[in-house]
Amino acid sequence: MLATATERQGFAGGMRASMRGATGPLIGLIVLCLFLTFASDKFLSIRNFLNVLDQITVLGIMAVGMTMVILIGGIDLAVGSVMALAMMVLGYLNVVAGVPMWIAIPLALLVASLNGLIAGLLITRFNVPAFIATLAMMSIARGLANMITDGQQIIGFPAWFNTMAIVRFGGFLTLTVAVMLGVFIAGLLYQRYRHGGRVLYAIGGNAEVARLAGINVQRATVLVYVVCSFLAGLSGMVLAARLDSVQPSSGVSYELDAIAAVVIGGTSLSGGTGGIGGTIIGVLIIGILRNGLNLLSVSPFMQQVIIGGVIVLAVTAETYRKRK
Amino acid sequence: MTIQSPILSLREIQKSYGPIRVLHGVDLDIYPGEVVALLGENGAGKSTLSNIISGTVQPSAGEMTWLGAAYAPANPRAAMDEGVGMIHQELKLLPKLSIAENVFVGRYPMRAGRVDRRAMEERARSGLKRLGLDISPDRLVEGLSTGKQQLIEIAKALTLNARLLILDEPTAALGGEETQRLFQQIERLKADGVGIIYISHRLEEIRQIADRVVVMRDGAKVKEFDSGDVPIRTIVEAMVGRSLERMFPTLPTPREEVTLEVRDLTSPTNAFRNISFSVRRGEVFGIAGLMGAGRTELVRAVTGADPISAGEVLLNGKAVTPRSPIDAIRNGMVLVPEDRKLQGVVLDHSIAENIGYANLAEIARNGWVSSRRLQQFADECIRKFGVKGRGHQNAGELSGGNQQKLVLAKWLARKPQLVVLDEPTRGIDVGARSSIYDLIMDLARNGVAVIVVSSDLEEVLGVSNRIMVMAQGRQAGILDREDANDVSVMELATI
Repeated sequence: MLATATERQGFAGGMRASMRGATGPLIGLIVLCLFLTFASDKFLSIRNFLNVLDQITVLGIMAVGMTMVILIGGIDLAVGSVMALAMMVLGYLNVVAGVPMWIAIPLALLVASLNGLIAGLLITRFNVPAFIATLAMMSIARGLANMITDGQQIIGFPAWFNTMAIVRFGGFLTLTVAVMLGVFIAGLLYQRYRHGGRVLYAIGGNAEVARLAGINVQRATVLVYVVCSFLAGLSGMVLAARLDSVQPSSGVSYELDAIAAVVIGGTSLSGGTGGIGGTIIGVLIIGILRNGLNLLSVSPFMQQVIIGGVIVLAVTAETYRKRK
Repeated sequence: MTIQSPILSLREIQKSYGPIRVLHGVDLDIYPGEVVALLGENGAGKSTLSNIISGTVQPSAGEMTWLGAAYAPANPRAAMDEGVGMIHQELKLLPKLSIAENVFVGRYPMRAGRVDRRAMEERARSGLKRLGLDISPDRLVEGLSTGKQQLIEIAKALTLNARLLILDEPTAALGGEETQRLFQQIERLKADGVGIIYISHRLEEIRQIADRVVVMRDGAKVKEFDSGDVPIRTIVEAMVGRSLERMFPTLPTPREEVTLEVRDLTSPTNAFRNISFSVRRGEVFGIAGLMGAGRTELVRAVTGADPISAGEVLLNGKAVTPRSPIDAIRNGMVLVPEDRKLQGVVLDHSIAENIGYANLAEIARNGWVSSRRLQQFADECIRKFGVKGRGHQNAGELSGGNQQKLVLAKWLARKPQLVVLDEPTRGIDVGARSSIYDLIMDLARNGVAVIVVSSDLEEVLGVSNRIMVMAQGRQAGILDREDANDVSVMELATI
């Protein structure tokens, strides 16, 4: 009897730990949905929900990588630029150089990952603060993206590429949404159940404790920045499919949206707590909020103000709850 | 002299952090022109009490009177304005600013609405000179030795024209000559009618400087002596709360085989030089020395946490000189670090997670970590090593003693050959200490080589088969248990 009670409590503790910090955002998301259901008769429909999913693909994929970076107490300001660079590499290889897509996409992702590798090495080997290292990479990647076509956009992808973002297989999922959901699931599983994922919490909680516990902090850190950049590249592929074109000015300030989604989702900027579950909720909050505000014909400028307000609300509510 | 009214009176001062009470109603009077030595073990509440007086911490209950009026400083600034100067144990200097700026930070001498840099440097220079410190006040603090930085802290307090000075371990980093100079200044301040609260672990100093001795234990005042001339043994007995005998369990006999051998180990920062010793299976090897002697640096290097510039480490006769903690852990050499909160546990993560971080490879199957296996693994460690807590509880909710056991537990699951404990009972209450000692003895009995670094002399003497004494990075000597006592160790530590 006693043993089972203890066990159950232990299990509940584990569950609680996985949702730590995400309950507040979840309530916020539900309240938001309820409000929009009453405020707009167009909101509550499968069609609209699928629209929202399509709209959050880029942000969603990017935010998963950002969560891992923030979880170890880092920050990656370069993701928006890295995304643009990956897109331009894709466009150049496929449209200008005539490389088939199945080679061009992996190469574009490789270029994106390289950015993360450089940032990670700067941070671990040369002790450059993450903020500075990724700020530099942000500028470098953006510059390179512009250099490829001297600032021009590239169009002319094969026809099937765009259909990935449009055709709903089984009347339900576009391929891009499927990619996003795949990233979500992989991210959740990795963070909860993989050796490498658990380690991120230790590093973010206290890097010195982690190091003394025999965790290879440097390698894990580099890996996280590589994965974050890889996912930024992947979100670039998704955006390219959605737009059926690439341009070097894509993704400006996307890094801030990604950070906002992570923070709204309850991951602490100082690292060690939170996770991808919360981030998914954060991404949904931003996506649904934008969708709802559009339905209510709120101006885009006003939307920015409201989203800023939501960030403040989410973070202060979380801090207040913790203090209690 | 004592007919005068006190500068500061404390009545029934209490302080709690959440459910943990750290001060239980302390009364204290400080009269002008006297030095009151405030003594007690780590965690006795001395620092909390002085932080309350200096406005850094607010009491939960109780009253203070300053020169006859009610006194409740809301912040350090308010206390400073009243005339309370505090010199903190940890240095609170700004490394990138000049000495003069550090001395006058927040209360720069002004002229015509601008900071009067010349007056500032002049006054800083004279303050430094009073302490016999001949360095230019426009030098940056960064790069100065700890001892010099300590003197700058003191100079800062001297320029406050304080009525009450609190000195928290002011001599911890000072040499003999610097200490004497500080004492001269204290005598001068006494003559000026300044009241002084003097916190120190160096009990020999107390006789020289104190007019009164107040001993604290577990957050309460337990003893007061009306003279500084109290036998050290009496003070220590009041501090630990019982006679000094039977505090430690009996030591098992070490075996013949040598587990660890350290040869000519030297640190790149020169924190320690040419250290050679060996530890046998089942032996408890104590390392003693004053603060800054290089003990922590040495054991961190042995376990791969800090770099080594020369020398080697052998385990069972095989060279294993570790380059990182991972290296050392793989060889079964583990460290229970000095600062639990910063190096030992992640406070806001659960006990199970904390245990898991050191044992993920063991818990994971093909890299997959199931919560159930983590929980089971943690529960087993908790039971086996007597941590009082549940797996899902946050490590921060545990008492210091249980946090320390948690750090030990996470390592012991790996069946190490060498366990290094750096200050294993710092900040842990007396009751929990003996259970840590029991754990150490269990390890030794099972053939593990144990190194214990401690600033608590009684502790090193009590738990070690042999004691190495370090002084200023040098190996001053190794004493067998029979030859080791507080005098022989202190002699080696101070040469």
